[in-house]
Parts: sequence; C-alpha cells; structure tokens
Amino acid sequence: MKKYTFTEKKDTRSGFGAGLSELGKSNPNVVALCADLTGSLKMDAFAKDHPERFFQIGIAEANMIGIAAGLTIGGKIPFTGTFANFSTGRVYDQIRQSVAYSGKNVKICASHAGLTLGEDGATHQILEDLGLMKMLPGMVVINPCDFNQTKAATIAIASHEGPVYLRFGRPTVPNFTPADQKFEIGKAVMLNEGTDVTIFATGHLVWKAIEAGEQLAAQGISAEIINIHTIKPLDNTAVINSAKKTRCVVTAEEHQMNGGLGDSIAQLLARELPTPIEMVAVNDSFGESGTPDQLMTKYGLDAVNIVEAVNKVLKRK
Amino acid sequence: MASTAELERIVSQVRRDIVRQVHAVNSGHPGGSLGCAEYFVSLYFEIMKHNPSNFTMDGKNEDLFFLSNGHISPVFYSVLARSGYFPVAELATFRKLNSRLQGHPTTHEGLPGVRVASGSLGQGMSVAIGAALAKKLNKDTSIVYTLHGDGELQEGQIWEAAMYASAKKVDNLISTVDMNGQQIDGSTDQVLPMGSLRAKFEAFGWDVMDLEKGNEMGSVVATLKKAKEHTGKGKPVMILMKTEMGNGVDFMMGSHKWHGVAPNDEQLAQALNQNAETLGDY
Repeated sequence: MKKYTFTEKKDTRSGFGAGLSELGKSNPNVVALCADLTGSLKMDAFAKDHPERFFQIGIAEANMIGIAAGLTIGGKIPFTGTFANFSTGRVYDQIRQSVAYSGKNVKICASHAGLTLGEDGATHQILEDLGLMKMLPGMVVINPCDFNQTKAATIAIASHEGPVYLRFGRPTVPNFTPADQKFEIGKAVMLNEGTDVTIFATGHLVWKAIEAGEQLAAQGISAEIINIHTIKPLDNTAVINSAKKTRCVVTAEEHQMNGGLGDSIAQLLARELPTPIEMVAVNDSFGESGTPDQLMTKYGLDAVNIVEAVNKVLKRK
Repeated sequence: MASTAELERIVSQVRRDIVRQVHAVNSGHPGGSLGCAEYFVSLYFEIMKHNPSNFTMDGKNEDLFFLSNGHISPVFYSVLARSGYFPVAELATFRKLNSRLQGHPTTHEGLPGVRVASGSLGQGMSVAIGAALAKKLNKDTSIVYTLHGDGELQEGQIWEAAMYASAKKVDNLISTVDMNGQQIDGSTDQVLPMGSLRAKFEAFGWDVMDLEKGNEMGSVVATLKKAKEHTGKGKPVMILMKTEMGNGVDFMMGSHKWHGVAPNDEQLAQALNQNAETLGDY
C-alpha cells in the first residue's frame, strides 16, 4: 500500500475560497455571487479584492441562480456560493431551465454538503445533491477530496465552457494531494494500485478509503484505490479497467446510495462488465444533529465500513 | 422612425401569424400573445437598438429583451421573424418535431433572438438583472427589457428579483407587466387577488409607470420612450401595461378561455378576416 502523509488538516471550502481568490486575480471575467454566506463559503477574499465583481444577493437563492445565468450573457463566468442544500434542491427548477437547459456557463459552488455539516442537522445536510445535479443533461458534477484538490478544481472549472456543480464541505480533513496537481475534469486519480478489490471513493470518503486500504493491507488484501473526483462525466475507462483487473468493487461516498457515485458505477458496470459491488453510502435516510465524526460513524461512512464492505464483496467474487 | 400606422400594419400581420401558428398544431397560447402584439411590435420595430441580422448571445452594445412568461411564444416568434432574426417561413414549424420554435422559447435549438429558456414562470427578471449587471461591468449603456404576465407575479422569485433590482440600483432595466387580468383558472382576482401592483412595486423601490391603453400603438410607443428616459436614474423602471387578452380577434377577447386553446378552422377564418394580410403570410 502506497503511503500517504499530510502536514495539516484543512477544510475543502477553504480550498474553494483560495481557488476563487486566485481566479479573481487571473481572470477578469470571473464574477462571484453569494446568498448571505460569504464567510461560510470563504468568499471574503474575493469580495474584498474585487468588490465590483462580487454580488451579495441576500437570502434569495432562486434569484441568485437567475442572475448568474444572466451574467453569462455578456461574457462573465459566474461562481455562485451557498450551502449545498440551497444550491440544488431549493433551486432545482431555476438551475434546470435558466442554467442547464439554457446552456449557461454558471459554476454552482456548494459547501456544507452531506452529514459532516454536523450540528445543524438534517434540514441542512443534503445527501441528494449529486443525484439531483447529475441527472441534468450537460451538467458536470465534481466532488473533490481535500483542500488542494478543491482549489485546483475551482481553478479548472473556470476554463470549462458550460454548467458545473462543484461540491465541498465544512470539516477539516487531511490535505494530502499535491498542491501543484493538474486537475482534469472527468479523469479519475489512481491512488493505489491493487489486485484484489477496487475502492472507488469521492469527496471526504477518499481519505477514509486510504485508511481502509492500510487496514486491508495489514490483513493481506491488496486494494486498488481510485479517487473519482468527477461524478459526471464518469471516467468509464478507469472504472472498467480496474474492475476487469480486480473483479470486485466497493464505492464510498457521503451521499444517498440512490443517485450517488455508487449508482453511477453500478449502472456502468451492469451495462459493460457485470461485477459484484458493495456501496458505502447513506441508505435512504435523513441525517441528524451531532459532531461530524459521530455522524459518519452512526451512518456507516467510516474506514471500518469500507473494510467490511470489501470483505463482503470479496466473498461474492 | 416608423409611423403609428406602419407599426399597426405590422401588428395586423403579427396577429395573423399568432393564430395561424397555434391553429396549425392545435396547441399554444393565443390569448396573451394577441394582447401583447402592440408591445412587441413597438419594442422590436421602434424602441430597441438591436441587430437582427447578426445575432450574438452576448448582444454587446445592443438592447436585450427577455420574455419571462414564455408561453406567449407565438407573438415572440412572429416578431423575431418579422424583424429579421430568422426566416418567416420557419413560423410553420412552431411546436413541431425537430423545430427551433419550441412550445416555449429556448436557446437549446439555437433560435436567433432567444437568450434564455422560459416557460417555468418567474425566472426572467432575475436573468435580466444578471444581463443588466454584465452590461454595467462591460460599460455598455444599452437597456435590458423584460415582459411578465400578471399571473406570473404570484411566483415568489419575481419579488426576490424586484427587491434586488432596486436595492442594487439596477437602473438599466425596464420591466413590463402584461395586466390582462387573466390566468388559466380564471381572472387573477378570482384565483389570487394581488391588490395594487403599483403600490407593491413602489414599495419595492421601482419607478412605476401606468400604461392604461396597452393595445393602442401610440400609447405603447410613448410610454416605452418615456420609460427609456427614466433609466439611469438609480431605479429600475416598471410599466404596468393594461391589455385585453385576445385583442384583435373579437371572440377571443374578454375571457381567460383563450389562454391556451387553439382556434378551429372556422374560428381561424373568422380571426383572419378581422386582421388584414399586410406583409404576406408565411
């Protein structure tokens, strides 16, 4: 098992803030909109440095999505910022008609996704956002795993013409990917080559997959670990090639099992290469208040759950 | 500068286009379309600075128009075609398979003149505000226009947008509400009375103008010209335009019943008899 280390834990939302700040300096067409959560989204630096290109919308997310769509008419590249719940479910029809169907170059940037939002509870812990967004034709869906990758993804999506959903979160997690990484939309990242099983993980579950890989190595199981930072378009080649090699698959994500990464991979493999698969995800349930760690444990999204899923899927090979 | 008589000649043809489009596919929304014919013809043939023969999505240094109540696509398509955005013959494809003239307007099939999809109500003002903000960033002094139905104002997003536009001084925006007093289930007063729209928009910080005779060409042109003079003064401009749904076709007037119903062959003939073919049917 390849050894991964990190010097500090950082939140992915700060990676977004850092990426946006850099874009503010490098690309005069980048504009940012926020619905009264500038501090939470780490958009303060952009707002301070480029007040003329920052739009404080107030608590009106539907209006924010519409204004963002309009700003593209005139060549702007709008980045909207609010919590994942208010970035997707609350404004689904606005995104569908004014952004996706209209083919507008809007970047919908969403923080506090999933259970790790923590104490605020289930009203804010959206676990359906990846599914909602990936169903929209033409929408790119990205869920990076740490600070560096979120920063790189933020910068990369500015150069992609078309609507993008970028999902990140609140808690600090190990920052282990290289600061100088090249972020390629739709390109899976091989973290560890293995032979017995493939673990496809996204977002906060990527580090947990690495932890699981170490535990599995101690048990003599060789796990291939692949970071799927782009849910859509899915890196079909990477998924199929790995599944061909290991012949069993575990997926891991902080999302409902319905509509998430596991669902996308299962759909692909069912069509192209039927393969035993187990999914580490929230199973048709809302979250609740608690610390992020407590919630990840209670809802079965820890390294130990990935190890269990691997042991289960190995028996189905 | 077109005379009122010249603009009215265009309106007559536009009304024919509307009823013929809707009749051909036995679907679509003639009532609201007919009621807004004078507004559209004023805007596209007299008021707006625009470039129909060379449509670009960004429309730099052009005035832009956003139709928020997308169901009145027949009048929009007719006026876009008649002003040169696409061939008039294409009106024959309205609502048919493989057409650029979808039931509700969209950019998806690349129809020149359309800059955003609309149909799901309440979204157009927000989009127009975004386009108006982009114009300000680009130091482009052109104007952004929107049209809304009065029933559409029941959507909450309109009021989010209205609050934002005045608070942030989006003063290169002229919105118009088509006050025909009708919606699908009946009159707006029966369905959900909205009280004084003037008082509401004034309370939201808009510069509000009344257009009592929205089907009288001279009044429409004069009001739109006056509205232009009110731009750039720190407030978004709102025109409350009273129209008659189904205007110009006697049996369609005065009722919500022709909101989304097509005329039959006999009714089409009647409607066409009431509106002279001035520019040649498609």
